[in-house]
Amino acid sequence: MRVGLFIPCYVDQFYPNAGIATLQLLEKLGVEVVYPANQTCCGQPMANSGFEHLTEGCNRLFVDQFAGFDYIVSPSGSCVLHVKDHLHLHDREQEAEQVRTKVYEITAFLTDILQVTALPGRFPHKVGLHQSCHGQRGLHLSAMSELVAPKFSKPLQLLNMVEGIELIPLKREDECCGFGGTFCVTEEAVSVKMGKDRVSDHLENGAQFITGTDMSCLMHMEGILRRRNSQVKVMHITEILNAGS
Amino acid sequence: MKNHAQLSQEFNANEPRVNWHDETLWWVRQKRDKAANTLPEWEQLREAASSIKYHTLSNLNDYLQQFEANAEQNGVTVHWAADAKEHNEIVHRILAAEGVNRIVKSKSMLTEECHLNPYLAEKGIDVIDTDLGERIVQLADEPPSHIVLPCIHKKKEEIGELFHEHLGTAKGEADPQVLTAAARVHLREKFLTRRAAITGVNFAIAETGEFVVCTNEGNADMGAHLADVHIACMGIEKLIPQRRHLSIYLRLLARSATGQPVTTYSSHFRRPRAGQQMHIVLVDNGRSTQLGREEFRNSLKCIRCGACMNTCPVYRRSGGHSYHTAIAGPIGAILAPNLDMKQYADLPFASTLCGSCSNVCPVKIDIHDQLYKWRQVLMKDGQGGAAKGLSMKAMNFTLSSPGVYRTAGKAGRWFLRNVPFVVNNPLNPWYKQRDMPEAPKQSFGEWYQQNRKK
Ligand code: SF4
Repeated sequence: MRVGLFIPCYVDQFYPNAGIATLQLLEKLGVEVVYPANQTCCGQPMANSGFEHLTEGCNRLFVDQFAGFDYIVSPSGSCVLHVKDHLHLHDREQEAEQVRTKVYEITAFLTDILQVTALPGRFPHKVGLHQSCHGQRGLHLSAMSELVAPKFSKPLQLLNMVEGIELIPLKREDECCGFGGTFCVTEEAVSVKMGKDRVSDHLENGAQFITGTDMSCLMHMEGILRRRNSQVKVMHITEILNAGS
Repeated sequence: MKNHAQLSQEFNANEPRVNWHDETLWWVRQKRDKAANTLPEWEQLREAASSIKYHTLSNLNDYLQQFEANAEQNGVTVHWAADAKEHNEIVHRILAAEGVNRIVKSKSMLTEECHLNPYLAEKGIDVIDTDLGERIVQLADEPPSHIVLPCIHKKKEEIGELFHEHLGTAKGEADPQVLTAAARVHLREKFLTRRAAITGVNFAIAETGEFVVCTNEGNADMGAHLADVHIACMGIEKLIPQRRHLSIYLRLLARSATGQPVTTYSSHFRRPRAGQQMHIVLVDNGRSTQLGREEFRNSLKCIRCGACMNTCPVYRRSGGHSYHTAIAGPIGAILAPNLDMKQYADLPFASTLCGSCSNVCPVKIDIHDQLYKWRQVLMKDGQGGAAKGLSMKAMNFTLSSPGVYRTAGKAGRWFLRNVPFVVNNPLNPWYKQRDMPEAPKQSFGEWYQQNRKK
């Protein structure tokens, strides 16, 4: 099995540790992973701003880099969802379709494809899980509180394999943090208020770390935590799954 | 004209109030969850409701004609209005013919959408809204901020103040029971003395020509039963084919709206009583245009339960008035641009696309996907302005070329590390209330080159 590692632009630039943890975790599980050097961005920032019609260059580059792998894996539910739902190339639609069906968010890849039942990690801390909307509602990484349906959560299933971890409950289990891509700057007031409320829910329930499947939501909450001089840290889920091993 | 971001920034100036607004609506959302979970068949009901509406919309022309024929046969006069203006004129004509200049109205978002009240006021006709919440915002001279809970943005103390001023309750009185009793006396007098009543329509049944109005206060019944003239105003999308379909919607509507099993009053109107006139105004006002937009057609399935507003984390923290349109919230944000792309270009962006709205919607409207699609339509239409277009082109240029991307990324991180004030300044909306991420020395790509490349 050859896996193409897709590291979204902002993770590449600002949170390389999330990328490194993803890579190391996959390698530990015996997967052959390649990081195609010329990848940039999935094009979501443009598309969510209403400029999907300008994403052709990104799409072409993405297909160039990732067609041909057995799977494409990424530590970002939001970018994976964008690729899955919106990546098209009129002259290479077959390859594009392959990319769309083979792209996986890392936790779903671990539970559904690798079907891991044990992980090497140890993380003896109180952790709150932020369920990012695109991963949860878009990729169905976990059950959604709005639906009358059985409960499950792929990220929690994995976190529970980590030794010593204490997962804290939240008052609102799957409320949006307010990041929302460019929403975080165009709707600054509401975005920040949502972020503050999300962070408070974690703080009030005693979290020492806030984790999740999307670094972008974590970046937004980190910005709020640091402005408050809070000691609470954010950490991508792969960093916890890969910790202390 | 202020846009959604500006209006919600003003709303957010008072944080305790935002907290209160958010918590009140979240409480309603939780009641909805509990009610939905009492029915194991909930998701099947949603699917059925969505399919029936889809079928109806696909055959709307036939069902409308069937409804018209049956209603006429029942002795009801049917009118057709192409837009808001025609709707208002028809209502006025009916009232003028009877020489009526004082009327009662039960809550109808359609008449809000058509701005009927100010139109009638201009013609010298006095309108009293009889839904309690609606009456409160009417006294405050404000539009409703929510389609089911019109005055959800007002605290009881503020309502007490309004009642003191307009209905003569004691100063400082804020006990909901006392205030409701005062409103009751005030409204009863109106019901008894006004000869014409306007109601909305929740469901109209093609098979029988009848219509159903759902309220919790019974005010639509009071108005319609006591009046000589009953005018029911409905959007053409309110139709369902048969009576037997109604139960599905009645089970979904109240549970989705407030968590009740069913609305307190679900009143069926079929024919005028002896000596009474009954009129139905069928209003298009942009609906057939939306029906013609394939990607947005599903928005016409809406049964106006308000669940998408209660669950929307943005609506809860920005207030209904920030949407500057009669129907606020997620559903309003996909309906409004259909009426005017320029005026409402901001609304599809007033969302994080979290998708919670689509999940609570009892008729399974793909609300958040439609928000995304509206963004594409609006920006292609040039509603984003030249600057935004240019910056997006620059972004496209950078991201389409790996070399440019790497150089720009390096430069960006170097700036963040060494001259933070360049980005950490008040003109940067991220920095206003959040710190910037710390820039690492190495990107992932650079780390990979060093550590993994053979
Ligand atoms: S869009 Fe759906 S959830 Fe929103 S008001 Fe309409 S029916 Fe209710």
